[in-house]
Amino acid sequence: MGEEEPVNRFSLTFPSLAPNVSFARSTVAAFASQLDQFTLEDIEDIRIAVSEVVSNVVIHAYPKGAGPVRVEASLYHDRVEVVVADNGCGIADVEKAKEPAFTTLPGERMGLGLTFVQAYMDRVEITSRPGEGTRVFMVKRPGSGVSKGQLPEG
Amino acid sequence: MNLSLETIEDVLLVRMRGELDLETAAKFRVLVEEALDHRPGLKHLILDVSGLSFIDSSGLGAILGRYRQFAERGGRVFVVGVQPGVGRLLELSGLFRVVEVAATAEEALARVQGEVGSVDG
Repeated sequence: MGEEEPVNRFSLTFPSLAPNVSFARSTVAAFASQLDQFTLEDIEDIRIAVSEVVSNVVIHAYPKGAGPVRVEASLYHDRVEVVVADNGCGIADVEKAKEPAFTTLPGERMGLGLTFVQAYMDRVEITSRPGEGTRVFMVKRPGSGVSKGQLPEG
Repeated sequence: MNLSLETIEDVLLVRMRGELDLETAAKFRVLVEEALDHRPGLKHLILDVSGLSFIDSSGLGAILGRYRQFAERGGRVFVVGVQPGVGRLLELSGLFRVVEVAATAEEALARVQGEVGSVDG
């Protein structure tokens, strides 16, 4: 994204506990709302994406308990960039994890979390090293995303 | 998340208010399972989501899980009072293709109770 400086930014770290999923999505949504061009639907898209990614950390990253989740957001004149990172177990196969309906925890998990993230955000980059952690970088621009219709090609 | 449960004959009516995510989905699952343990005769499920302001894939998974539970009993599952924000995720996830949709709990109840035949044969 070049040398451009963000207009505003924040970073926070909290333990990977289920109640913090709501905290994280509300915080990022409130922060992104500072960019007037975002519609209510854009903000809702961001809320869903953050909820999915932070839920994934809570569910998968630290199998032995809770660990740190870092959420960073940077606001530019035309977009918000969000990073969610953990120091957990990592994802063995990122491409596989992005496939619709893929889950390592069948049952009540639909495997749609990352599919939603890709549908609602403009850009999503996942980097993961097994045993070291995962970093999800997401970009949302005003007026983008899917409001209706079908899932993107997997 | 505020959940209220009501039983009408063999129908479990769950009214949801607030946000259905990873944390609250667990609460929803436990409450429905307790209701089923307490009243094994329950057959159908009506989920009133008119007060639901947010849902993500964890919440959708919990609804799908309850759908499977009631479908196994030969029951019907309705989602009623769907608002646009929640509706687009129900659509995107394909849940609208498995659950029945009604405008209100009353309408869903009328459709269940209008079934031909008696409850326990």
